[in-house]
This record gives sequence, C-alpha cells and structure tokens, in this order.
Amino acid sequence: MLKRTPLFEAHRRLGARLVEFGGWEMPIQYTGILDEHKTVRQAAGVFDISHMGEAFVRGSAAEDFLNTVLTNDLRKLGVGQGQYTLLCNRAGGVIDDLFAYRTGPLDFLLIINASRVDVDLAWLTARLLEYPGRDEVQMTDATDRLSAVAVQGPKVVEFIDAVFPGSFAMEDSLATRPSELKRNRISVFSFAGTPVWFARTGYTGEDGFEIVAPNAVVNEVWERLLSVGTPYGLKPCGLGARDTLRTEMCFPLYGHELSEETTPVEAGLEVFVGWDKADFCGRQTLVAQRAEGTKRRLIAFRVAAGAPPLREHYRVLADGGDGTPLGETTSGTMSPSLGVGIGMAYVPVEFAEPGRPLMIEVRGRRYPAEVVKKPLYRRPVGTVPPKPV
Amino acid sequence: MSNVPRDLRYAKSHEWVRLSEGLAVVGISDHAQHELTDVVFVELPAVGRNLRAGEACAVVESVKTASDIYAPISGEVVEVNAALPANPGWVNTAPYGEGWFFKLRPAAPPEADSLLSAEQYESQVG
Repeated sequence: MLKRTPLFEAHRRLGARLVEFGGWEMPIQYTGILDEHKTVRQAAGVFDISHMGEAFVRGSAAEDFLNTVLTNDLRKLGVGQGQYTLLCNRAGGVIDDLFAYRTGPLDFLLIINASRVDVDLAWLTARLLEYPGRDEVQMTDATDRLSAVAVQGPKVVEFIDAVFPGSFAMEDSLATRPSELKRNRISVFSFAGTPVWFARTGYTGEDGFEIVAPNAVVNEVWERLLSVGTPYGLKPCGLGARDTLRTEMCFPLYGHELSEETTPVEAGLEVFVGWDKADFCGRQTLVAQRAEGTKRRLIAFRVAAGAPPLREHYRVLADGGDGTPLGETTSGTMSPSLGVGIGMAYVPVEFAEPGRPLMIEVRGRRYPAEVVKKPLYRRPVGTVPPKPV
Repeated sequence: MSNVPRDLRYAKSHEWVRLSEGLAVVGISDHAQHELTDVVFVELPAVGRNLRAGEACAVVESVKTASDIYAPISGEVVEVNAALPANPGWVNTAPYGEGWFFKLRPAAPPEADSLLSAEQYESQVG
C-alpha cells in the first residue's frame, strides 16, 4: 500500500495523474509536464513535497554534532539561515543531500529526501550514539507530523504575502512578511495561529518558498496558495515538471547524480564542503580527492537539435572513431526551456571540460553532444532572483 | 472517454489505420496520446522500408517515456509525415489528423488483416 500525503484528495480533485515515487503515491502531472514547467519559469507553480523528511536537532552540542556528520559548515549560519549540505559515509560517499536551517541559536531543522528518510535517520542516530557530547543533543524525527509545499516562480513574490491575511509575524519572526525573507532564509509565521515555516529556497532555479506546515493545516495552505496565486498564473505542478526544472539547473537528484558510490568532489559540489572546519565523516577522502583530483567528474551536456530526448542510463561515448564508452547518463530529458536533449553524466576527468564533444547512444544510434558549463538553463537577463546573503 | 472515430480500424497496440486511395494512413489513437502525455519527439520509418504487421517501426517519446509504434498491417512505407518531427505536439492535439505518422501500401487486402473495428477497440480501452 503506497503512502499518501494529506494533499492526496486535493490532487485527485485537480485531476492529477498519480505515480509511485519512493513508496508514495504522488502527482506526476496535472495539466502536462511541458505546461507546468513553462508555468514555473514564467509565472508560478505549487508542488506537494510532503513526502520529504524533517528532523529537528537541538541542544548546546547540536551544531558541533551536525558539523561532524554534514559536509558544509554550520558555523556560517546565523539564526534564520540555511545551507545546502551533504551527509557522507566514512569513505566520502554521499548518503543524502539535504538542506539544513538554523531555526534558533541552538536549533536546527533538516529537510531530507523522501527516499532516504529511514537511511538518514538511522545513520544520524548511530553517529549520535557515538558522539561524546550526545547528552547535549536532542534529535527528533518530525516527518510524520509535518507536510510541505514548494511554491516557485518569478510571480510568487507578488502574491505570497496575501496567502496569510493580516499580520502573521510571530515573536521570533525574522521578517514581518515572507516576501522580506532573503534567499536561503527561513522564518516562522502564524497561519491562523498555527506556526508554519517559510524558507526562501527551492529546487527549480526560480525564486520561491518551501513552506513546512503541520499535517492539519497543509490543505488550507495549499488551497489558500491556489486561491491567491491563480490570478497571477499559479498552477499545481507535479514531479514530472519538478524533474525537468531541476535537470535544467543541473541540481543533483539522489539516486541519480548522488549515491554512496559518488563523492561531493566528483559531483562538483566542493563549495558545499566546510574545508576549514574540524573533522567530519568522509573528510579524509574528500581532502585527498581535492588535492589529487578525482578520476571522474559529473558533467552536464546538451545534444544536437533533432536528437531524441535523453534519459538516464544512456551510454556516453567519446567523440569520433571508436567511440570509447565513458559512462552512462545519470539524468536526462528534453529541456522544455531549450528545446534540446540535456543531461548529466560522470565521465573520466579528461573529458569533463566545457566544449568537449561527446556522443550519446540512443537505441543503438549515436548523437553528437557537447559538455557545457552548469547550469544548462540560465534565467533571461534582467530577471535575477533575490541575492543570497 | 477517448475519441474513437468510427471510420477507422485499430490495432491492439493502439495504432489506427485509415484507407485512403489504396494506401493505409497510420497514426496512434487518442487513448494512446493521452497515456503518453506531452509528446516531445517522434522517429519515423524510412520511406521504402517493408514492414510486417506487428513490427516495431517508429518511436514516439514523451518527457517521461519512449514507446514503440508497431506496423498495424504489412506493407511498404511510401510516405511519412515529414512535418511531424518538428511538430511532435500534433500527436497530442490532432492524433487522427495532422498527427499521422506514415502511409503504407498494404501487402494484402483489408479483409485479410486482423485489425479491430472502432467498437472492438473502444471496448478494449474503455
């Protein structure tokens, strides 16, 4: 029996096409992946992300403990700030990628991938048991009582404040309204008396928010978003568009670009590693890779116009002659914004420079492709999202 | 309920056939395009190719899936919809019209094929 989020009936009423994802029955599309993708790039889309996991880690040693298991440096975060980070095993392989927010001086909120909730929590629990200061750390899994929605697109900032009518700043709020939050910042607001988290982050490359709410109010949040946002072009969007949007941005997806067999250095995520902080799980391998280089690297590429859409597990070959196999695509799609096939793959580091020609094999035929600098999609000039602080 | 025009005949694999001036025009049904969702790519067979009924001869891809198209009857490909690769969305918007794939010169008379009537196909897809 697949799990369903509290928004399941809302998806059914909207005519969503549902699929299985990580043990959940989730909407893959409502009006169509291309339409939803375009809508997020040009106006706004709202996604049910309630299947994701939430964990609170609190206490006087919470920062220190998390800094021993996460790659990024939590010391950089003031209250209300968040960072993308990775959880690595002892060999530097990625257990999960996640977002960590400092919600209070000694309080952290972790947002983790739906498919990795059990693995992450088991790992963190085991590491906490070994941590000398464990009496000063309390970790709580809040996944089952919290839901979340992502609202993304250039128009979101125009209607987001109207979602909660009246004043909704709470005593500890960083800002008096969501639109004042800077990128990667989080604050709590009152939704008719219930505290709800707003974070100015996303997985689409557009401006927007991820809203974390107790299960009991997420339906009202969803309905309210659609009610105030629809006149601005807001549409419900499913996992299909979520995937094409993040692929255009070259954001990794766990299980594709990231796994326990890949390291953050191979994936090009060095900037999310706290090289200056004290020891953390996997540090030794990552430091060695950074010093000596890696054998392979994650690249983004586009194929020639007219080629079929790309998907995962397509063979990537060296250009010309013998077409030496280099690897397999980790993700791929027909880019709705660019109109050509795009994808990512791990290739030997010699082949990883932008401009390098490659070939992608689709159904036995080879199509020319080119390594490009990430991201594959860049927002048109003049429409820059708010700067991170 | 999908659209199943009465004047066409259908393969179990969701291709339709329209006989026109001795040639069989082939496309995919409204049910099929709806299941596929947004079509972003089509690959057509080469003109001159001889197909056996049931042989995979074309490809249609949506964002999420790639599907084979099968020759509904045996015959020679005499024409393809050359404008379709540049307009893959026609498969969704006009599956029985502009979204046609190719035309065959049938190898055998219509009575010899095992295509379904509109009513039979409709009861298959519901």
